[in-house]
Amino acid sequence: MEPIIQWRTRLEETALAPVRRTSRRYWALVAALVAVVGWGLYAYSLQLRDGLIVTGMRDRISWGLYIATFVFFIGISHAGTLISAILRVSQARWRTPVTRIAEFITVVALICGASFVIIDLGRPDRVLNVFIYGRWQSPIIWDVLAITTYLTGSIVYLFVPMIPDLALFRDRLTGSTSRWRGWLYRTLAIGWIGNAAQRRSLAAAIGILMILIIPIAVSVHTVVSWIFAMTLRVPWDSALFGAFFVAGAIFSGIAILIIVMAILRRAYRLHEYVTEKHFVYLGYLLAAFAAIMIYANISELLIHGYKLEEGAEFHLRQLFLNDFAPLFWFYLIGGLVGPIVLMLLRATRNIGGVIAAAVLVTLAMWIERYVIVVTGLRVPLMPYQPADYSPTWVEWSIFAGGLALFALLITLFTKVFPIIAVWEVAEDQEATVAAPHPAGPAVPESRAPIGG
Amino acid sequence: MDRLNGDPPDGRARDVLPDGALTVEPSTGRRGTAIGRRRVLHMLGLGALAVSPIPVVPELMRIAQSGRAAEPARGTRPPALTQDGRIRQWTMIIDLRSCDGCQGVGGPPRCTAACIQGHLAPEPMEWIQVFEEELPGGGSRFVPTPCMQCQNPPCNNVCPVGATFSTPEGTVLIDQDRCIGCRICMAACPYDRRFFNWGEAPVPPQARLADYSAEHQVPARKGTVMKCDFCPDMARAGTLPYCVQACPNRAIYYGDLEEDIATNGRAVVSASRFLAENNAFRWKEELGTEPRVYYLPGHGEAVGRDAFTPGRAATEWPWTEIVEGAETWSR
Repeated sequence: MEPIIQWRTRLEETALAPVRRTSRRYWALVAALVAVVGWGLYAYSLQLRDGLIVTGMRDRISWGLYIATFVFFIGISHAGTLISAILRVSQARWRTPVTRIAEFITVVALICGASFVIIDLGRPDRVLNVFIYGRWQSPIIWDVLAITTYLTGSIVYLFVPMIPDLALFRDRLTGSTSRWRGWLYRTLAIGWIGNAAQRRSLAAAIGILMILIIPIAVSVHTVVSWIFAMTLRVPWDSALFGAFFVAGAIFSGIAILIIVMAILRRAYRLHEYVTEKHFVYLGYLLAAFAAIMIYANISELLIHGYKLEEGAEFHLRQLFLNDFAPLFWFYLIGGLVGPIVLMLLRATRNIGGVIAAAVLVTLAMWIERYVIVVTGLRVPLMPYQPADYSPTWVEWSIFAGGLALFALLITLFTKVFPIIAVWEVAEDQEATVAAPHPAGPAVPESRAPIGG
Repeated sequence: MDRLNGDPPDGRARDVLPDGALTVEPSTGRRGTAIGRRRVLHMLGLGALAVSPIPVVPELMRIAQSGRAAEPARGTRPPALTQDGRIRQWTMIIDLRSCDGCQGVGGPPRCTAACIQGHLAPEPMEWIQVFEEELPGGGSRFVPTPCMQCQNPPCNNVCPVGATFSTPEGTVLIDQDRCIGCRICMAACPYDRRFFNWGEAPVPPQARLADYSAEHQVPARKGTVMKCDFCPDMARAGTLPYCVQACPNRAIYYGDLEEDIATNGRAVVSASRFLAENNAFRWKEELGTEPRVYYLPGHGEAVGRDAFTPGRAATEWPWTEIVEGAETWSR
């Protein structure tokens, strides 16, 4: 084994590399993303001018793409919580190279998700009424409360474990980088010098935060589901909804994390730290949550379908046979069964297979959110013909802008902040070197990946 | 939870973390000179505190704006009182035996048309809409459907800003000056009785001169929700709502449950006796919404309608053509 000092230097150089060198392709990507965000902003300006008439939504299907995207983004924000907090609590060592990316996905997804609620408002100019006249009885206020708390908590939870790495950036980049960067790292490192007392404080703070963030995250997606479940609509009338949404959130969060990891690994040559092992473990998690989702779907659909109360027949027909059948079957087969099959087969139990599963799940979970929102509203309440909804180009443009904003913020983040938790990876490595496991350092965990 | 390397959970690692196991600082020269544990703890404490005040923010803003928060929603007047000072409880009784969907007069339903004229309601808003419902035994009946004025209104419960609210008279109103257009009330209403101003509504010029009130929602405002307001302002002034006045068959009764009286403009009845003796029902009783709109079962037989004669004329908005640049939408 090579000396630990060399290994350490290489790790730090890998972490510092994105900040030191910026390729032309990076700027091309940023430019492309900015262009898409700009296009979305242009579409939104039309919506501001003319009102929501530019969308495909109408009285009977009064929520659509925007609300589905909002739920989707809040869902993928659970990437950070799960990977980082749950795996930290259970001390799964393999998590260390991926926690930072996961935590940042959380913050960015929350920002993007929250903006879709405002985009959906008929009167965004009055958004402050929520604070001035807010009523605790409304599920929307529960959401405002939960999401703002989660956003603040996630930013703190992103920041605190990053302090030692920011100090590393401060020390290693001084003089060789622009003044604002120097200032930024100096400020954010808040005087970290890495002595024993500081490390104890840091460990204590992370210990508290990782416990706190889990119930907050669970509450967030629960109350998101209650926006729907608190109404008198047959397809949404379910006590399972909160748990179902939380499971779906973590499910899609893992998928997005895998995709982002794969891209960053390639772009910044993190192959030594983000290995096949990490992808396969995350793939196992994905398959486990796919099983939970299958269970939830059976429970949900069977309870409605067995009794076929008024409206339930219409709902099940639109899901399985009529308008939404292609989407819904893709979700069931591609998004839920697919990942399990990919992880079961030895031939696809590798990076390529895991990424394929993650892409399927991401598509399927967005579709699921869309189907839940639109089909729930589509079941007729009175004797009228069921309404139809298809998003307009304005909605698709704003949607594309939102996705591009998500990608853009992550892209910019990688140029400013350490994308690998250097000190955690190093700690992990040193612990492994100090006490090598009989199975070898490459597989420190041979049991369940969640670490139970 | 015992992991392979035997580390205790991070939170309890105080005495175990070996000093120097991790050297973040390349040189140890600064050790001990800069800010230490106290400062870091301080910052972390501030970070944790940053999470906690979030729930307090709305409360603080409310206190800061206490004058505005206490102000009642715009456009509600003191409730109407009976002679001995009890608050009137507005109700509507719709006699389906006398409703033929205006097949007899051969045009769009008069109640809807009068409501549109009176409120200058934009297309396609039929605040009182005449649904044709298939009867389980064959044939159909017409059901004029205003806002049900629920006493347990799902729409009010979910409104984040209190823009829709119940009045002491038992009506459910909307303050369009407060509504943020989130449309959760439309998702919550089980009767499909809420309408959104998706664009700049096509309304005639005189609508712009009207003095807006939650009890008489003229003119329509872009990006907000509207619905039947039950015309409490007219009732207080001694006038029946537009729909009641306009019904050629006198099928709609309007009245006060507190004084137990209702009228269709011609006959005056004791509301409780009228409801009891004619087997009154309410829509979707099982939802527990407690509507204030009652129906007497029937399919227009009292005015000679055959249950097997389907169809009614479509509602028209007389000014849609004359409003320049008007953009309409469908439901």
